[in-house]
Amino acid sequence: MKLSKSIILPFLDWVDYRLPVFSYARHNLIDYPTPKNLNYWWNFGSLAGIVLMIMIITGFFLAINYTPHTDYAFSSVEHLMRDVNYGWLLRFMHANGGSMFFILVYIHMFRGLYFGSFKAPRELLWIIGVVIYLAMMGTAFMGYVLPWGQMSYWGATVITSLFSAVPLIGDTIVTWLWGGFVIDNNTLTRFFVGHYLMPMVIFMLVIVHMWALHQHKSNNPLGVDMRTPADSIPFHPYYTIKDMVGMGVFFIVYFGFVFFAPDFFGEPDNYIEANPLVTPPHIVPEWYFLPFYAILRSIDNKLIGVIAMFAGVCILFALPWMDRCRVRSAKFRPIYRQFFWLFFADCILLGYIGAQTAVEPFVTIGRIATAYYFAHFLIICPLICKFERPLVPPESISAGVLKAQKGAE
Amino acid sequence: MTDQASDDTANPEESTSRRDFLQIATYTVGAVGAGLAVWPIVDSINPPADVLALSSTEVDLSPVEVGQSITVIWRGRPVFVRHRSEKEIEESRAVPLDAMPDPQKDEDRTQKAEWLIMVGICTHLGCIPNGQRPTDPKGDFGGWFCPCHGSHYDLSGRIRKGPAPTNLEIPAYEFSDDTTVKIG
Repeated sequence: MKLSKSIILPFLDWVDYRLPVFSYARHNLIDYPTPKNLNYWWNFGSLAGIVLMIMIITGFFLAINYTPHTDYAFSSVEHLMRDVNYGWLLRFMHANGGSMFFILVYIHMFRGLYFGSFKAPRELLWIIGVVIYLAMMGTAFMGYVLPWGQMSYWGATVITSLFSAVPLIGDTIVTWLWGGFVIDNNTLTRFFVGHYLMPMVIFMLVIVHMWALHQHKSNNPLGVDMRTPADSIPFHPYYTIKDMVGMGVFFIVYFGFVFFAPDFFGEPDNYIEANPLVTPPHIVPEWYFLPFYAILRSIDNKLIGVIAMFAGVCILFALPWMDRCRVRSAKFRPIYRQFFWLFFADCILLGYIGAQTAVEPFVTIGRIATAYYFAHFLIICPLICKFERPLVPPESISAGVLKAQKGAE
Repeated sequence: MTDQASDDTANPEESTSRRDFLQIATYTVGAVGAGLAVWPIVDSINPPADVLALSSTEVDLSPVEVGQSITVIWRGRPVFVRHRSEKEIEESRAVPLDAMPDPQKDEDRTQKAEWLIMVGICTHLGCIPNGQRPTDPKGDFGGWFCPCHGSHYDLSGRIRKGPAPTNLEIPAYEFSDDTTVKIG
């Protein structure tokens, strides 16, 4: 009231004149023009950001109670679960938060694929996103090693051994990763530090991702650019509210797992302390790695298998140049739309194959699915581009929205 | 927000509008929710159960002769246990209370006059005062002397001179029998 007019507002002005944080926030979080036709698939980016913050905060409080030493790591996690006040909650929020983070990011990525959000002028935005995804994979992998259970240990052994496929210097790289000749205390301490460092890198990448996003603003379900003020609405309150609705729904799912099925995504074997002399009978990576694990296993040659696995992720970098169709949204691309869902099904199938033991018929199915995965990017996308006759998108978001309303009436 | 607040005072009849009620109710629920969400995180930095489980220590006093002091550990902190002589007790009781920054009778600081039991941490900034060993400097009052910032404690552990605000803390303790004490 009076206080705000006489003291607080002049103080904020004083700060803003010297460091424009408030006008920056107003520009990017409040007045920020956002396409007025965004649907709920556009919630997942901000949800992923919220989960990142939850992971960083819970991670900090977990790290307080964790001991990165092979003799203490496993028992320090149990100490956390039994002795620390709400330690179980922090740990289950963090463990399930990891899975949630990947679910959200996968939906976010498929949304980008469907609505053509990776296309010009958003190629770099997409590429930074793929870099974030890679950083997430590294972070998640290192984090999974920290509880020092059987799956931690043997998962770490298998994944780090992938690098031994590199010609000539492969074994040296693996020795560097391990800090010894097997996974041991040196490996654990460096993974702990890496797992703590990487989220800061991800956080900074997210800022760059936002920077690139705010340059050309959000794509939208119609895939046409915002041209007039009638095409956009301010981010606040319209999308802050919409994001909060999505957040409420997401939290119901997330905390449903945390409270009622906290080990749903986990492996029971990880409650057995790491034993360097016994490998569990069935090693599977965390679910979010399964499609790439399936690609790795479907190729009999060690080096080519590893290359294919990494290529499976890195091919996403090239996507903006594989699919050069000028129409962004699959809404107006009848052929691409079908192949999008085929590709989606193929990814799910690869995930399923990755969770099975490597016997027939899974091996053959996995090989076909792997071939299709790469064919989608390298052959199908360019060919669709060449032969598809897209529908004509509306000339503006406003026109599209009005047309849809008329159609509904 | 500030605009909203100033409107309230300008138009008192509108301050109870439906919209205001909804807004205040929303913020209240949000604040309560945020508090409930933050509490587990704050509580997690409180001492965990394994630390609380170490909260009492039993001490056998039988080997401690008159005039001797021992230091035992309770909750990771040093506890001074001194077997005081009659002379020390008399001297401590004779001191006028108005000569102390934190006046307290010696009788109130012990359960058995010959056993002085107190937390051996200076109430100024947490150093451990000297005076447990016969060769230690004991300060101007013959008790304990904190080397960090020069606090002098007397033979009852009361602050007499220096920056410490209060007497050395007396922990909760009870005698199980004549020669055994349970601290905590």
